Amino acid sequence: MKTIRASIIGFGAVGRGVAQVLLDKNDYLRSIGIDMKVIAIADSRTAVIDPHGVDLACVLSGKKETGTVGSKTISGTEIIRTMDHELVIETTPTNIETGGVGLVNMLAAFESGRDVVTSNKGPLALKYGEVIAAAKRSGSHCRFEATVGGAMPVINLACDVLAGNRVISMEGIFNGTCNYILSRMMEEQAPYEQMLAEAQELGIAEKDPSYDVEGIDTASKLVIVANSIFGMNASYKDVTVTGITRITPEALSLANADGFAIKLIGEVNDGKINVAPKLVPLSHPLSVGGTLNVFSVQTDLAGPITITGRGAGSIETASAILSDIISIYKN
Amino acid sequence: MRVSMDLELKDIPGQLVLALKPVSEFKGNLISVVHHHEKRTPRGKIPVHLVFEIKSDHLDNIISLLEESGISVVSVDEKRYLEHGAVILIGHIVHTDIQDTIDKIDNTGYAEVVDLNLAMPRINRPSSASLKIDAVSKEYLSAAIELLKSIARDKDLLVIEPIRVN
Ligand SMILES: NC(=O)c1ccc[n+]([C@@H]2O[C@H](COP(=O)([O-])OP(=O)(O)OC[C@H]3O[C@@H](n4cnc5c(N)ncnc54)[C@H](OP(=O)(O)O)[C@@H]3O)[C@@H](O)[C@H]2O)c1
Repeated sequence: MKTIRASIIGFGAVGRGVAQVLLDKNDYLRSIGIDMKVIAIADSRTAVIDPHGVDLACVLSGKKETGTVGSKTISGTEIIRTMDHELVIETTPTNIETGGVGLVNMLAAFESGRDVVTSNKGPLALKYGEVIAAAKRSGSHCRFEATVGGAMPVINLACDVLAGNRVISMEGIFNGTCNYILSRMMEEQAPYEQMLAEAQELGIAEKDPSYDVEGIDTASKLVIVANSIFGMNASYKDVTVTGITRITPEALSLANADGFAIKLIGEVNDGKINVAPKLVPLSHPLSVGGTLNVFSVQTDLAGPITITGRGAGSIETASAILSDIISIYKN
Repeated sequence: MRVSMDLELKDIPGQLVLALKPVSEFKGNLISVVHHHEKRTPRGKIPVHLVFEIKSDHLDNIISLLEESGISVVSVDEKRYLEHGAVILIGHIVHTDIQDTIDKIDNTGYAEVVDLNLAMPRINRPSSASLKIDAVSKEYLSAAIELLKSIARDKDLLVIEPIRVN
C-alpha cells in the first residue's frame, strides 16, 4: 500500500466533487494499492489542515453550512510550500488573463517537488510551456484531463489509449453552456437573449456569461489540446474565436431546413486553432444536443474516433481528476 | 452544365448572330459574351468568348453547328458544378448590398450562388440567410467560401460554414 498525501486547493463544485469521490472510492483505491490521505483543504479565505488526514465528510458538511472549510487562515499557496505532501489537487477558479492563483500554486508545487492534478485551464492555456518545463525540472507529474471536456477522456485518450497513432486533426463541442443555448433556441424558435436567461436561471450559464458564449472557454481548452496532443507551442492569442451571441433563431431554422444544426465547434487542424459556429449535418456524430460535449479525433491508424459525454459538473469533473490520480500512482 | 467557349469569327457582318444561334437553338442559357473586336488574331479573325449553360448532351451538336457555319471553335471548357455547398449568413445582409455579395461569387467563374433564402424578422434586427453555392471542385468551393468570408468581414456579416466531413 502506497500512502499518497494530498492537498485540495479550491473547494468549489470541483474540489467538493473530488472530496466526495475520494470518500466513495476509498475502498477501490485501497484495493489497487493507493491509500489517499488529504492533509489540507483550502478555499479563498480559510483552510483545514491535519497531517494525519482531514475528515472529508466533516469538511464537506461544514463547507455547506458555514461556507468555509475550516478555521485556519493559512493560504493554499502556503500549504503547498510548507506542508509535506506528494500531490496538489488544484481546483481554484480559472483566470485566463494572468493564470491567477492557480499558476502560482502549480509553480509552487513543482518547486517543492510535488505532483499536480488540476481542472484549472488558465495556467495551461496561458503558459503551457512554462508549466510543463517546471514540472519536468522537478521530476513532478502534471496531469490535467479535467481541464478539457469534463468527464470525457480527451487528452488521456489521445496520448495514452491511442498511443502509437498520429492524431491528424480534432474537432468538437467543448462548452455545454453554448450547446444548451443553441439547442434550446432551435427547439423554441426563441432569440439568444431569452435562452441565455433560461440557462442562467437553471445554473447552466454564469451571471456574466461572456467567458462561455464568446468562445473564450472553448479556445482555452483547444490551446491545451493543441499543446498536449499536437505538440504545438500555442497560446490563447493564437486562436481565432467567434462566439454564439450573433446567432438568430431564423439562422437555426434555415440551417435545419437544409439538414444542419448550428454548433459552436472548436477545431485543431493543420496547425490552426479555430473556434466558430459551424453547420453540422443533423445525422453527424458531432450533432449532440443539450449540455453534452463531444469531440472527434482523426488518427492515422484508428481512423476517426468520436466520444461524447458530460463536459462539466462536480462529480463528472472529479471523475477525470480521479483517473489522473490513479494513472500517476497505480504503479 | 456550364460551358465556356473561345471562338474566332470572320470580320464580316452577321457573324456574332450566327455564333449565338446554335446556343439558343438548343435552349442554352447565355451567361456572357465578350466580343474582342480590337484584339484581332494574326489571321485577321475576331476572338469571342462565350459562357452558357446547356444540357450536356447538346454540347456536341452546338459545336458541329458552329463549325458548319464556318466559325472556328478554338477551345471548349466545360465547367461542371460538382460540389454543392451551403452556408448561413447573419447580419444586415440586404442593407449591405446582397446583389453585390452574390455577384462577387458568381463573377469568379468557378462558383455561383444557386439559391438564397432570406429571413428578415424585424426592421433593424439582423437578418439571416441560407446560401447554396455550387462550384467546379471541392477546392473551388472552399475558395468561394473564403471569398465570401472576406466579403462578410468588410460588411460585418457572420458566415457559418459547414464542418469538414471526413
Ligand atoms: N465546474 C465544472 O464543471 C468544471 C469543469 C471543468 C473544469 N472546471 C474548472 O475547475 C476549477 C474549479 O471550478 P469550480 O466550478 O469548482 O469553481 P467554483 O465553484 O467557483 O470554486 C472555486 C473554489 O476556489 C476557491 N478559491 C478562490 N480563490 C482561491 C484562492 N486564492 N486560494 C484557494 N482557493 C481559492 C473558492 O473559494 P470560496 O469557496 O471561498 O469561494 C472556491 O472554493 C475552475 O478552474 C474551473 O474552470 C470546472
